Amino acid sequence: MSQAKTLRSLGKLFATLGLLLAVLFGSAPAMAADASPSPSPSVSYGKDALLIRGTIKNDKTPVEGVKLHVTGNGFDQTVATAADGTFTVEVPKKGQYDVEVLVDSLPKGVGLRNPDVTHRTADLTIVNIAAVLFPLGKDTRVVQPFGEQLMIRLFAGLNLGLLLAVAAIGISLIFGTTGLNNFAHGEMLTIGALFTYVFFAQMGLPIILVALIVMALGAFTGYAQDAFLWKPLRKRRSGLNQMMIVSIGFSIVIRYVLLIFFGGETKVVNGTFENVTLGPIVTTVSSLTSMAVCVVTLIGVALFLTRTRIGKATRAVSDNSPLAASTGIDVERIIRIVWIVAGALTALAGLLYGMQFQASWLTGFQILLLLFAAVTLGGLGTALGATVGALIIGFVVELSALVLPLDLKYAASLVILVLVLLVRPQGVLGKKQRIG
Amino acid sequence: MDWASIFVLAGKELISPITAVYVLCAIGLSVHFGYTGLLNFGQAAFAAIGGYGLAIGILTFHMPIWAAVIFGLFCSAVFAAVLGIPTLRLRADYLAIVTIAASEIFRYLMTTIGFAKVTGGSNGLSQFGDEFWAANPFPDLDYGFGPFTYRNDEVYVMVIAWVLVAICAGIVALLMRSPWGRVLRGIREDEDAVRSLGKNVFVYKLQALIIGGLFASIGGMIFVLNLSNVQPQSWGTTFTFMIWTVLLLGGAATVLGPIVGTLIFFVLISLTQGLLSGLVQAGVLTFLSDPQVGQIRFILIGLSLMLLVIFRPQGIFGNKKELQFNV
Repeated sequence: MSQAKTLRSLGKLFATLGLLLAVLFGSAPAMAADASPSPSPSVSYGKDALLIRGTIKNDKTPVEGVKLHVTGNGFDQTVATAADGTFTVEVPKKGQYDVEVLVDSLPKGVGLRNPDVTHRTADLTIVNIAAVLFPLGKDTRVVQPFGEQLMIRLFAGLNLGLLLAVAAIGISLIFGTTGLNNFAHGEMLTIGALFTYVFFAQMGLPIILVALIVMALGAFTGYAQDAFLWKPLRKRRSGLNQMMIVSIGFSIVIRYVLLIFFGGETKVVNGTFENVTLGPIVTTVSSLTSMAVCVVTLIGVALFLTRTRIGKATRAVSDNSPLAASTGIDVERIIRIVWIVAGALTALAGLLYGMQFQASWLTGFQILLLLFAAVTLGGLGTALGATVGALIIGFVVELSALVLPLDLKYAASLVILVLVLLVRPQGVLGKKQRIG
Repeated sequence: MDWASIFVLAGKELISPITAVYVLCAIGLSVHFGYTGLLNFGQAAFAAIGGYGLAIGILTFHMPIWAAVIFGLFCSAVFAAVLGIPTLRLRADYLAIVTIAASEIFRYLMTTIGFAKVTGGSNGLSQFGDEFWAANPFPDLDYGFGPFTYRNDEVYVMVIAWVLVAICAGIVALLMRSPWGRVLRGIREDEDAVRSLGKNVFVYKLQALIIGGLFASIGGMIFVLNLSNVQPQSWGTTFTFMIWTVLLLGGAATVLGPIVGTLIFFVLISLTQGLLSGLVQAGVLTFLSDPQVGQIRFILIGLSLMLLVIFRPQGIFGNKKELQFNV
């Protein structure tokens, strides 16, 4: 295959993605700039800006994602701390402001050193910058009995597992039909989460509309990737390992382009939390909605794969693509559909993730290894396996927090991945021949 | 725009000890991937283990520096064995996923507060280099000329780093000309053929994984001694993929490839970055800010990785027949 042709189509891919970003940014972040500054080291504030800032650290370790609610003088905003534990709020006028730390947003096992002080006053009547401190320490909140903690963790694990399942089905379908381990999959999730931030948090569109836009966007990224990158590579007969490394390069490019456009701070996608109490479990409306959406989506995918002609054809291609081609299935068309469906599903997972846990340019990359763990655990290339694997990973991540320090919960799931490969390399539901 | 300083900066990259660190890690990866065909995506962990092994050996176990170096290398070999034994029998892409997972596990373990007494947590460790700096044989003078003037400490690290590069490249050249090296290449080309000759493929792969890891660990030690601290966030997956990029640029299955690939890459990056920030300061590029210019570096890494693998997988020096990515 001619090199020039591949190069041209690569060019087209980046041109399309660039255009997409340009169009979206022509409108969206222009208004983002004047809407509300987020806690960001890269946003530069004017010289006379009135700022409330601070750092939340737990014994020298910065705590990310702690929410602070700033009110006063007609101003009302919730911010989250960035990866380095800092937050900054710009307020419109001089005066006294009330800063409340939302205790529920603190990581488990960490509490305020003085649990009675959740409010602080930031006095900006004379100075321009006020620092607010909330010292953290051992959680002094009442410790729940083990049974209740277990319930809480199981619930959180189910929530995370369902979310991972929706994102992992895409990886699994793509691997099944093309054999590619797509390292750029996480970025599709990031795109979903960050554009939810743009359309929902900044432009204030209704969430249903946002979901439709974001899924269409995801479907388009899937389509564009396959049309301009992966299909030309398949035509060149590139090896699978070669394509895997290409996907790594691609994920780095997309990730840093997103960083340049969105900045490095954690975005508050969803600032409002309505708590719902189910026995010992305190959860939010958005978590419950997310779980329902995931279940419906997973059932939908299962029906699609087992009941529709295209779904059956997809499974046939996964099973044996030359045989499928010889029965008259258009393999390239199936692969294109798989990419589009995978893009839409992953963007949806990004939206659901963002609505519950906020989003940053690294969100997808941080989940990517969990997704790979889920897909490998379940058996590469089987959609049902990916769902089972994702649920296992979800439970392992959350249950490990019962015995391990919280910052090791992702490590626990990766250890499980290595252990399973040791005993059962084909995965829980995989077929033996796949391990080669 | 200040052209002179842009070129001086690029020239300094050429001899910087950090460049030598990347060369050492790339030499290790050339043993893994170039000669044996192992998809190791956890090279950052091998380097990190070298660095942490050295620091922990000195600070926690109060070893003299030579013992700490051996301790770091020993840890690296153990890590390679633990990683390799379950996965080297499996298909290549499983090794890829397991190595990247293992390197992230290692980084989480170094970051967690639970082990902070030994690892320093997210702040990392420092104050372990006293013995290293005390052994500096260079008198306390300035060396070099013009903008290329270095203090005796800088010259000391630089000399050690590049001498190690020369030694390691020599070792690899000798190893790959030996019968052992020929078996490795045989495994890369056709594992079953080698197996049918009665060679234990698994053992050879494990040996290659350990040896390549040792080179990376030596690189990691230079890295932490040069910076006088070791921190978990230096060893993310980006480090690994940067090594892949420089290796593929030079040519994965060549002795000079890792060296020349790294040099070219660092000079190119330094020049583009100098040029871009010059244009930003001159007000030509208004849509970028200075920190964003730093992020362009990573976009270039990703792009070159893609383009190299698609169009020239054998690299600048490689022989196309010798390096086909096999499935």
